[in-house]
Amino acid sequence: MRTAAIALVFALLAAPAIAEPAAAPDQPLSSPTQEARAQRLFQDIRCVVCQHESIADSPAGIAADMRRLVREEIASGATDESIREDLVRRWGDYILFKPPVKAATWLLWFGPLALVLLVGGVFIARSRRQRPDAAPLSPDEERRLNDLLRGGEVRPDPDATSSHD
Amino acid sequence: MISEFGAYALILALALAVLQTVMSALGRIRRSPVLAGAAQGAAIASACAVALAFAALIFAFVTSDFSVANVANNSHTDKPMLYKVAGAWGSHEGSLVLWCLVMTGFGAALARASGLPFGLKTSAVGVQGALGSLFLAFAVLTSNPFARLDPAPFQGASLNPLLQDPALAFHPPLLYAGYVGFSVTFSLAVAALIEGRVDPAWGRWVRPWALASWVLLTIGITLGSFWAYYELGWGGWWFWDPVENASFMPWLAGAALLHSAVVTERRGALAGWTVFLALLAFTFSMLGAFLVRSGVLTSVHAFAVDPERGLMLLGILGVTAGAAFALFAWRAPKLTGGGLFAPVSREGALVLNNLFLTAAAATVLLGTLYPLILQAATGATISVGPPYFALTFTPLMVVAFLILPAGPLLGWKRGDLKGVGQRLAVAAGLSLVCALLGWMAFEPHKAMAAGGIAIGAWLILGALAEVAERVRLFRVPLAEVGRRARALPLGAWGMTLAHAGLGLFVLGAVVETGFKVEAAAPLGLDGSVTAGRYSVRLDDVRIVEGPNYLAEQGHLTVTPTDGGPERTVIAERRFFPAGGQTTTEVGLDFRGLDDVYVVLGERRSTPQAARAWTVRVYWNPWARLIFLGPLVMAIGGVLSLLDRRLRIGVAGRKKAAESAA
Repeated sequence: MRTAAIALVFALLAAPAIAEPAAAPDQPLSSPTQEARAQRLFQDIRCVVCQHESIADSPAGIAADMRRLVREEIASGATDESIREDLVRRWGDYILFKPPVKAATWLLWFGPLALVLLVGGVFIARSRRQRPDAAPLSPDEERRLNDLLRGGEVRPDPDATSSHD
Repeated sequence: MISEFGAYALILALALAVLQTVMSALGRIRRSPVLAGAAQGAAIASACAVALAFAALIFAFVTSDFSVANVANNSHTDKPMLYKVAGAWGSHEGSLVLWCLVMTGFGAALARASGLPFGLKTSAVGVQGALGSLFLAFAVLTSNPFARLDPAPFQGASLNPLLQDPALAFHPPLLYAGYVGFSVTFSLAVAALIEGRVDPAWGRWVRPWALASWVLLTIGITLGSFWAYYELGWGGWWFWDPVENASFMPWLAGAALLHSAVVTERRGALAGWTVFLALLAFTFSMLGAFLVRSGVLTSVHAFAVDPERGLMLLGILGVTAGAAFALFAWRAPKLTGGGLFAPVSREGALVLNNLFLTAAAATVLLGTLYPLILQAATGATISVGPPYFALTFTPLMVVAFLILPAGPLLGWKRGDLKGVGQRLAVAAGLSLVCALLGWMAFEPHKAMAAGGIAIGAWLILGALAEVAERVRLFRVPLAEVGRRARALPLGAWGMTLAHAGLGLFVLGAVVETGFKVEAAAPLGLDGSVTAGRYSVRLDDVRIVEGPNYLAEQGHLTVTPTDGGPERTVIAERRFFPAGGQTTTEVGLDFRGLDDVYVVLGERRSTPQAARAWTVRVYWNPWARLIFLGPLVMAIGGVLSLLDRRLRIGVAGRKKAAESAA
């Protein structure tokens, strides 16, 4: 009796479930290559009602609708590019997890590479500049350094080149 | 009463932290050991006061004192004890007290540390006190965790059931310990700038703190990722979600700091750069706190948010980071360059490591903040997600990983690239064989994934090659090899483990991402669904009653399609009446390195069966390595910490011994 009551409560309350991960399974496309294309596209498309999920991950109903839409377009022969364009036309750049490359996103796309070149360049320039006249340590500093490096009984490594870091 | 006591203790802690700052500053200026000692005492007392406040908060949660608003909003009498305690850091207010506890705790440890020179230590304790004052003031003024409710409700609103999970109970304390641990490296860096001196000794003092913070952060992030993996029920473990990124940025900066501090410690070089990274790591920690708590970013994990608090956090971030980096710009040019080195050398390799790790952190920063900045500037909305990071972050890491095994084999000052090439030739050849084997073993054949397998194998084999080189494996008698292996310092083993752990992680991530198989079907009882090498049958679904939830409990049998032992897994859908929420408990069958990941979905009727459930099954090959790898890295870090040469005070004791002799 008690189990039955619990089951009833459960059935009544289960309806407005939040974050429902295993929704009704999608009907995959019959062609495996087309389905693989669809799966790749799903990864790039943002679920519009979710917080930071692609429609591939999202359990939301609208994500399932969008997956169906993408599959239909693929089945009707649309290219990945045209599907993306359609989505952007309807929802804006927001819909794609891969932002378009344009003036407003140059910093986003090329910033990392520019930083590697810039910081790398600074390192190279500084090491070149320092080479001729680096101030040597004062005798006192040299002695302190040696004390510290010898601190804690460092065993002298047999091959001096690969001493411990 | 206890809660009022807690609120009082928090204010006391703030007063003590302010005192700590002022007395340190005066003590430093007047060179007064008495004032400096008093400041150190205040640091310890401040930590004790926050500990008392935190204990009072836990007491309120354990006793379900719903007259405290924080408890009423985040707890419930039916909640299991673990989650009552964990509820203390499940809310914005409570987690901020935890943040302050870690910060003052580290401050007390810094105050107790021996071997640091007077000026550096006094300044560092003062800076740490200033940081503590700011965050304690933030807690006391905007986020009183002990605010009362009148009238008190009879029952609490409970903790978000997604958070009621063992991994997530321990995830915040570890994560915070890591985040806030970097406050000590920050304080030591600012102190070094104030003192105007960064020498190898400073590198040695800063490294244990950086290492400890990085280890804690590694474990914290791994736990969080594992939680997302099995609790959210999507089969994913990293989503490049803004909040995940917020914890990843200090991790990357901390990893760079560890390596750069090695150069400063051993060779006296890169001093300014190491100081910069020490400042950066904690700046990223504070940025993370701001992003998570201010509501500027939406995320699955974000706290309930309040723009006013966000503004204050932004103020704290701006003042501390702004002052620190201004000080850096002013003083860093005066820091001496230290030891010289050729481009091909251990130092050169570590510079490359730093270059790529910092660029990677900057990439994550750009990807996280760019949508916000663009929207504020132009109103345009964009989304930055996994495809962006696959094109920017991943190539940076690939280059860094290709270089990595060579680094430890290169000598200091001037390395012999040809010799290193010879020593790594076997590892390189074997890595390519691994890639080929992976390519043949997994269906479908994927060139990118095979390349990833080669990189993972290269990291592991490269780490092993380095140890083999050090113990002269195959070149001297085995007894001699054993003697050499025992003589290797713990730090060397730590480095090897950490690098090999990274390789394990790469292997797991590549294989899981490249070859996972997903299948879903509505199943009646005795129905089955097959994903890759495993077939899953639904045997029974029962209704069970948990302490604070009701659950539909699916009993499923996992059978390998190529023969092998059957195993039963249990997957649940839990309903929490307190908040009216439903969660899933994933059934996981650990098969060697693979996971069979089973999600029980909603009950529905199909034409075949009146009682049917949507069952979703993932076969996640080598998923175990994704979480094992970072743990191995953390163990490597712990080994390095245990290396007695790194222990704080060794230098001081040695000096004392010498002066005694």
